[in-house]
Amino acid sequence: MSMSAQACAVTSAPSPDGVLRERGQREVFCGLTGIVWLHRKIQDAFFLVVGSRTCAHLIQSAAGVMIFAEPRFATAIMEERDLAGLVDANDELDRIVDQLLARRPEIKLLFLVGSCPSEVIKLDLSRAALRLSQRFSPGVRVLNYSGSGIETTFTQGEDACLASLVPVLPAAHNGGRPSLLVVGALADVVEDQFKRTFAALGIDQVAFLPPRRSSELPAIGPETRVLLAQPFLGDTARALEERGCRRIAAPFPLGGEGTALWLAAAADAFGVSRAHVERTIAPLKARAERALARYRAQLAGKRVFLFPDSQIEIPLARFLAREIGMELVEVGTPYLHREHLASELTLLSQGTLLSEGQDVERQLDRCRAARPDLVVCGLGLANPLEAEGLTTKWSIELIFTPIQGFEQAGDLAELFARPLLRQTRLAV
Amino acid sequence: MQLSVWTYEGPPHIGAMRIATAMRDVHYVLHAPQGDTYADLLFTMIERRDRRPPVTYTTFQARDLGGDTADLLQSAARAAYERFQPQAMLVGASCTAELIQDDPGGLALALKLPIPVIPLELPAYQRKENWGASETFYRIVRALAASSADGSPRREREAGARPVCNLLGPTALGFRHRDDLAEVTRQVVELGIEINVVAPWNATPADLARLPLADFNIVLYPEIASTAAQWLQRQFGQPYTRTIPIGVGATRDFIAEVATLAGVDAAPVLARTESRLPWYSRSVDSTYLTGKRVFIFGDATHAVAAARVATRELGFEVVGLGTYAREFAREIREAAAIYGVEPLITDDYLEVEARVSELRPELVLGTQMERHIAKRLGIPCAVISAPCHVQDFPARYSPQMGFEGANVLFDTWVHPLMMGLEEHLLGMFREDHEFADHAPSHLGAAPAAPQQPQLRVVETVTATELAWATDAERELTKIPFFVRGKARRNTERFARERNVNLITLETLYDAKAHFGR
Repeated sequence: MSMSAQACAVTSAPSPDGVLRERGQREVFCGLTGIVWLHRKIQDAFFLVVGSRTCAHLIQSAAGVMIFAEPRFATAIMEERDLAGLVDANDELDRIVDQLLARRPEIKLLFLVGSCPSEVIKLDLSRAALRLSQRFSPGVRVLNYSGSGIETTFTQGEDACLASLVPVLPAAHNGGRPSLLVVGALADVVEDQFKRTFAALGIDQVAFLPPRRSSELPAIGPETRVLLAQPFLGDTARALEERGCRRIAAPFPLGGEGTALWLAAAADAFGVSRAHVERTIAPLKARAERALARYRAQLAGKRVFLFPDSQIEIPLARFLAREIGMELVEVGTPYLHREHLASELTLLSQGTLLSEGQDVERQLDRCRAARPDLVVCGLGLANPLEAEGLTTKWSIELIFTPIQGFEQAGDLAELFARPLLRQTRLAV
Repeated sequence: MQLSVWTYEGPPHIGAMRIATAMRDVHYVLHAPQGDTYADLLFTMIERRDRRPPVTYTTFQARDLGGDTADLLQSAARAAYERFQPQAMLVGASCTAELIQDDPGGLALALKLPIPVIPLELPAYQRKENWGASETFYRIVRALAASSADGSPRREREAGARPVCNLLGPTALGFRHRDDLAEVTRQVVELGIEINVVAPWNATPADLARLPLADFNIVLYPEIASTAAQWLQRQFGQPYTRTIPIGVGATRDFIAEVATLAGVDAAPVLARTESRLPWYSRSVDSTYLTGKRVFIFGDATHAVAAARVATRELGFEVVGLGTYAREFAREIREAAAIYGVEPLITDDYLEVEARVSELRPELVLGTQMERHIAKRLGIPCAVISAPCHVQDFPARYSPQMGFEGANVLFDTWVHPLMMGLEEHLLGMFREDHEFADHAPSHLGAAPAAPQQPQLRVVETVTATELAWATDAERELTKIPFFVRGKARRNTERFARERNVNLITLETLYDAKAHFGR
């Protein structure tokens, strides 16, 4: 047996902390996929992938079902002559960016997005971004991050993108007054709700990263408190901490409980009195619980199996178990950030099977053997599992749907109830 | 580097996947980084297949690059063999794996698995999806059809035996391959011809070994199957068909060609032309279709076929014809010469956009990518070729080929155009608050101004300053929107040729008289 096969066998055993770590084929997206939602969030940004035809094909297969008059993403496809060194890659990139910006003069922020091919041949996109930024300053700012599959999994593309924004955020000058920065792309409606709730709590200096426009970059400094809205923001949080910001530890705002704890943690950090927090939050939480009650009736006791996809699996599992009463068969995550998920992990019951990484064939074996009532998985697995008689909830939707906050708690539960309801409705 | 807003074809390993996924009992081991499994979704979501594609990816990550990625490939190949027990295995690399040069084929051969292992060399930085499919199909046919043949020429069929053919070309993720295959099969069976093997669609490696038993081959999609068909002809003396049965005329030619190769009489089948297209197209409701200016782009096979249908069966005027498939540039050049248009051979979306913008057709027949262009320019559009998205893998029977295919083409192409009565009334009365320019009411869309093209690449007005007098400009807006672009272009050309700097009402009508409609 080869060395790596042995290594595989060893690493698939549960580690002392009870987390099953596996290595093998991973059925996940690369970080480039983040472009599909980020380009809609930041309205004057353009994402230029520097990669191969495969990268271009990935993005258009994901987004190309929408018909775009003017898409805000494109690929600089590397060709034979780029690899053979017949042309200078930097000259080529400059030419392409010229072409692009001439065509799209309204673009204010350009991301050069690294891919597997550009990383493997070690094309220095950070220097290219610096050079191009100087050239197009002040009209266009050019940044760089990597969305390559070898380095990033799905939502980590957003992490890398936001982390690349951190160094260019302006320094805050608000005389020692603390401000709150909520990090992670949220649906506009969710953002607005949170803004209102923070105001009701008495926290009025609130900004969001990413902003909706590049002209609205939030200012940060040592007085900035960072509240992560998404669990996949390891690099972004580190970059913010390096600029003096301090992170507020909290579970993530999924469900009534998660949202209440998330808001309370922020309020705590801003010295808001417990009583005021309670008064402000209680009616909202009660409304969320009312919305959840009907889904609890449908979903309680159902067994759910989560394949790794976006790192949102653990907060999600916590919500499904504690607020909906579902039974967790296995909770897979592509990567487990122990520090950021610490408060989540304490809320999960002891003995929950967590797995980090993936060997998709073995995981499918476990899933088939367990015959769960609901499988949360990617679209590469969903239809094939349905055809095997398992009911699935495709996981990518959780990234494309407003699910955070009190008002969305019912919607979040509905996403899991819908496939089961559909099973009972269909008579064909 | 090439700036690519949209790409017409995927990388070549997607082509290889289309062959593997179309077949049964074949497994494909693909050396590829984490994330390249997105390709599974093409099959499970866009084509809505109910099984995972038979592909094992090594999904290496950055940390593996420091270690032994070659070893990773070997253990993946061994595990895939043990788990799936295929009859044959394809082994290849994706674009990133090509850079790290592990020689996947050689590594897999070294495992000495007890099945044929077919290494694929698909240069991802030079070639694309269709080439990858064609090359993979050729390699797999070569490996499996040869292994069972003794090398002697095909045996003559006994007197009285029915002629036998293979159907080559339909793959997974092919534009309407499922229904084209059904339609052509029906046609071939009606001629009294037996079908030996259909490949790669649903074929097993054992089926491919039986390919030499047929008298001739029917090639449905030259982009996929020409190379294999040529090899089968050299190796086993099997001739193959050249006509693609898209459109009524082409279907009739195809039936005649197949009958000739099979040595049967086509007359009884040809006597029953079953398509409704000829009558629909001759009925007076279609008169307004005459001379509609159409731009056609797609793979060469579908584009050439569409041009023939458009001109000879629907009475349109082809104003532009092109393909993204450089391998088939010759076919497009020949066809373009017939219609007297400049052929467009490019895989650059922006170049296609520029040409459409310059030609201002009334209808675009293209791919999913031309739908983006048509939306931007406010031009009606129908899809005739891959690349396409989920809506072009419909549940209903919707072939492009054969007589039923012609019915489908008629409906699909006419649908986006404004219907006759509405078109007439818009030409007469221009101030209606409900029925306005740009949006045919039968499509239910609210009228909206088309996106103003902001292209810097195309400028209709050149350096010689041309100005429009206010009344001429106003008169221009009274011309129905779908021919307005052409009217503007013709008038400007007319003015430039006569060194007129200010276009007046008179210039506008002089130009109209000069050019006709």
